Amino acid sequence: MLNLTLKVWRQKTSQDTGSMETYDAKNIPEEASFLEMLDIVNTRIIMSGGEPIHFDHDCREGICGSCSLTINGVPHSKEKGITTCQIHMRKFKEGDTIWIEPFRARAFPVVRDLIVDRSAMDRIIAAGGYIDVRTGSAVDANSIPISKMDADSAFDAAACIGCGACIAACKNSSAMLFTAAKVSHLGHLPQGQPERDKRVLSMVRQMDAEGFGNCTNQYECEAACPKEISVDHIARMNRDFTSALIKEQLIS
Amino acid sequence: MNALLCPITAVWNSSIGKKLLVALTGLALVLFLAGHLIGNLLIYLGAEAFDEYAKALHEALRGGGVWIARIGLLVCLVIHVAATISLTRANRAASPKYQHEAVIQATKSSRIMIWSGLTILAFVIFHLLHFTVRVDSELAEIAKASPHKMVIVGFSNGLVVLFYLIAMTLLCSHLSHGVASMFQTLGFRSRKAAPLIAFLSKGYTLVIWLGFCSIPIAIYFFHFGC
Amino acid sequence: MSFVLDSKIPAGPLDQKWSKHKMDSKLINPANKRKFTILVVGSGLAGGAAAATLSELGYKVKCFCYQDSPRRAHSIAAQGGINAAKNYQNDGDSVRRLFYDTIKGGDFRSREANVHRLAEVSVNIIDQCVAQGVPFAREYGGLLDNRSFGGAQVSRTFYARGQTGQQLLIGCYQALEKEIHKGGVEMHPRTELLDLVLVDGHAKGIIVRDLVTGKVSSHAGDAVIMATGGYGNVFFLSTNAMGCNVTAAWRAARRGALFANPCYTQIHPTCIPVSGDYQSKLTLMSESLRNDGRIWVPKSKETAEKLRKKQITADQVADDDRDYFLERKYPSFGNLSPRDISSRAAKEVCDEGRGIAPTGLGVYLDFRDATKRLGESTIRSRYGNLFQMYDKIAGEDPYKQPMMIYPAVHYTMGGLWVDYNLMSNIPGLHVLGEANFSDHGANRLGASALMQGLADGYFVIPTTIANYLATQKPGSASVNDSAFKQAEEETNSRVNQLLGINGKRTVDSFHRELGLLMWDNCGMARNKEGLEENLKRIPEIREEFWQNVRIPGAGNLANMELEKAGRVADFIEFAEVMCHDALSREESCGGHFRTEHQYTEADPEVQSGFIASGEAKRHDDTFGYVAAWQYNGNDQAPTLHKEPLIFEDVHPSVRSYK
Repeated sequence: MLNLTLKVWRQKTSQDTGSMETYDAKNIPEEASFLEMLDIVNTRIIMSGGEPIHFDHDCREGICGSCSLTINGVPHSKEKGITTCQIHMRKFKEGDTIWIEPFRARAFPVVRDLIVDRSAMDRIIAAGGYIDVRTGSAVDANSIPISKMDADSAFDAAACIGCGACIAACKNSSAMLFTAAKVSHLGHLPQGQPERDKRVLSMVRQMDAEGFGNCTNQYECEAACPKEISVDHIARMNRDFTSALIKEQLIS
Repeated sequence: MNALLCPITAVWNSSIGKKLLVALTGLALVLFLAGHLIGNLLIYLGAEAFDEYAKALHEALRGGGVWIARIGLLVCLVIHVAATISLTRANRAASPKYQHEAVIQATKSSRIMIWSGLTILAFVIFHLLHFTVRVDSELAEIAKASPHKMVIVGFSNGLVVLFYLIAMTLLCSHLSHGVASMFQTLGFRSRKAAPLIAFLSKGYTLVIWLGFCSIPIAIYFFHFGC
Repeated sequence: MSFVLDSKIPAGPLDQKWSKHKMDSKLINPANKRKFTILVVGSGLAGGAAAATLSELGYKVKCFCYQDSPRRAHSIAAQGGINAAKNYQNDGDSVRRLFYDTIKGGDFRSREANVHRLAEVSVNIIDQCVAQGVPFAREYGGLLDNRSFGGAQVSRTFYARGQTGQQLLIGCYQALEKEIHKGGVEMHPRTELLDLVLVDGHAKGIIVRDLVTGKVSSHAGDAVIMATGGYGNVFFLSTNAMGCNVTAAWRAARRGALFANPCYTQIHPTCIPVSGDYQSKLTLMSESLRNDGRIWVPKSKETAEKLRKKQITADQVADDDRDYFLERKYPSFGNLSPRDISSRAAKEVCDEGRGIAPTGLGVYLDFRDATKRLGESTIRSRYGNLFQMYDKIAGEDPYKQPMMIYPAVHYTMGGLWVDYNLMSNIPGLHVLGEANFSDHGANRLGASALMQGLADGYFVIPTTIANYLATQKPGSASVNDSAFKQAEEETNSRVNQLLGINGKRTVDSFHRELGLLMWDNCGMARNKEGLEENLKRIPEIREEFWQNVRIPGAGNLANMELEKAGRVADFIEFAEVMCHDALSREESCGGHFRTEHQYTEADPEVQSGFIASGEAKRHDDTFGYVAAWQYNGNDQAPTLHKEPLIFEDVHPSVRSYK
């Protein structure tokens, strides 16, 4: 059993200013997950007449991308390749103080406490992160062979769970890794070629319009990504964007 | 006019476009640094070689060469500085602070780019006033006779040397992130090429630092050429 | 009054029913399509695919999900893969074989025509997904790779590492975002359905609550599609996401929709065991682990006791003291026996006191022999990510010690009753994916859930919904109708009632209590006594819930306790119907195992060695029907309506995996 001190960001609505509050988390089983620890704390808060700490969570197995806590300054904690829900309390020590904050970025307004609005990421995808193929119009799946290497690279990029840790970890709140992962996923596949230029231009423009910051190549995003998506995809997007911009402005 | 302005605004108004400008102008400045260093190192070959090099520079294209280079470099510098300041302002606006801050793996030099950059800018202005415009009339007189002598005299001042060394160190901090970063922004970095790029950028930075620092150190501390 | 349900299966030979039905289905003029508004609740594989496709066709679509983005629906968590009768491996697969395997796997409790249609469209799904850019695993030649999954004799499973569900959902989500961008779909994330609105007996709208502002509002449409997933969380602990709930389906049931076969629940044999009472959910370990892992417990209770107390470790147990119970009982399928059989076998040995893990509820999944045979690097390349996941959660290195696993609720085959057009008995209300009951019978085969969700969403509903819409005048319902006003008022008063209780117990404590009761008496094995006890206990829980639950905070902002409370209230009511169903189905089939109905040594099938004793015993003559329940309020038992299952093409046989 662990006894911990929590410093938690509390903010009732997006209009409120919010502040850090301190909670005692006593007798926490080491086998519990981080979110189960919060469940325990919340039960105690409710029973003592308070309102529970709100946080996003759903699958609790590291794939839905809902959970989004910044733990001791690092999105999903300093452990590599992990989401918040996959952290277990055995990684903490008796007496630890844990700082829990939402995923911060201006483009992620706080909804309540640790819940933020990440719809800007959906709008980036809506701007062009897809292959425009009508249902029912597809050719046989094996009619277009794709080299295993390309398929694997596409998968590496497609593994993104859209949690926003890359943005929250970036000192500039840049959405480059998120955007690049989609550009690179679809750009690696023959099916993605017809819209390749249009896709990168519109996605990057939407990303800029949402008020995300700019990449300064510090690669905090890669380090925080629970799926360990490589910043190579950013280099690739830079290349794609440049070539698409030149074509758009000077050629066609 | 519109046909010209359109592509420029398209580049300037996009985050990647602006970074591209930073990378390309950075590349020009990096290449200039290498040339500048090679020229400077001629000082070790003696006054004659150095003065001849200075003369050749000023006489290239009937004296136009040096101005073309100066204007080119100035344009690069202005774009580099303007774009980075604009990017930094946007970054600050985009990112609220955490109550408990932490860094996962970003290097120190990458986190002080704007400050190392602005210091270098201040240094460049001083450096130009010092050795190019020569606001010091005494130094200007010496330079007319021998640029070699000007350098020796210029670096006999301890404060100048100190500022120079600090600026060079910050320049190298700036380069150690900037050069590798350039590859990423221009889209040439990959996980496989990353070690090579790191080697190149660190190696280049080290050479630049050693090369530029060696001159004032040799002059001030070891009385080279005096 | 009980009645016989008409499933509206088209006439004609089985393999021509769907093509004929497509020909016979009504078409809507393109100019008219945009006048129809379709409300889609849920944005997983079924809902997302339906919303995107209907919008592509020109309908106006409004899509709702409780998550903050449609990309997070729980379809995302499916690991293994998706079946399709492509026969790319040339190993003898065909639409017919996929159809037969699915019918047999479902223990002959599904509709032939629906299952055949599912097998037919399975091939189009793969084409569609590849065209969308889903990065399925490929061979070096560039063609798609397949694997055999869940005991299938052919390799027909397409997969994307261990994240097939995620990749398919992202493909579907991208198609949905594309339509949102074009203006065809109006997306409402963080919005939960709280009621279905009927106008003149037709489903014409929904009442929703905005989970950020708390505002309750109405949406009117010409048809409603529910693709809201399963009800596995009635057990509190399951592999479902925390938010998965039965509310949408249950609200429809309260408005008259029939709930079919709720007792068919699937237990997955390979999950990480429960570690304590704070546990919030269970984590699935992919079934593919059973390809190389061997499942065992110690032969003696004493050894098990020592293992539980950590006095000895698993590797110290000699081979002679180990009971590889699946290999012993089912020599031909061994560790790859179907999910229901493997799960029950694990429960049996734990009930005998031979379970391991500190709670006594766990069995070993051991890779020692496979590592010896194949080398650690092969094991690492096959299961590396799964081993890593296990290590993260359980804190034990499975390369050194065997994994501990235990069955957990994973999928629910039951759901709202639908006809061949996927329309419920309420005209206009269509139900897709796990939320309906139609395709998996009493047990679902591995890699078939993704197939069904996408089949319903991409290929079935876009055709069949026109049959309903063609009979309707577009835009006939308005949120100003009295039915909407009344439903909105009812919803608001229910929310206020919940907030006003201010009792002494948390929502979770009720959910846990209900879940435990359901797991004990309506879980892996059921009997009359236990089910009757549940039917006595559940109303008591319900009563206490409405008097003693504590929901802090207000209704006009994000309030997660309030959200949970609404869902748990519905689970409690639903659980009762589930127990009624389990009680009335006096047979064992697939995911429904009644201990009274199993093969024993007295049966000739066991004596002849055809089947093992302890296997599920079906009674096709008396229970060869779909049980569709009508809710009659909390103080009355639900009414059972039957849809007889007629097998024209296959002959129901006894499933034997011996």
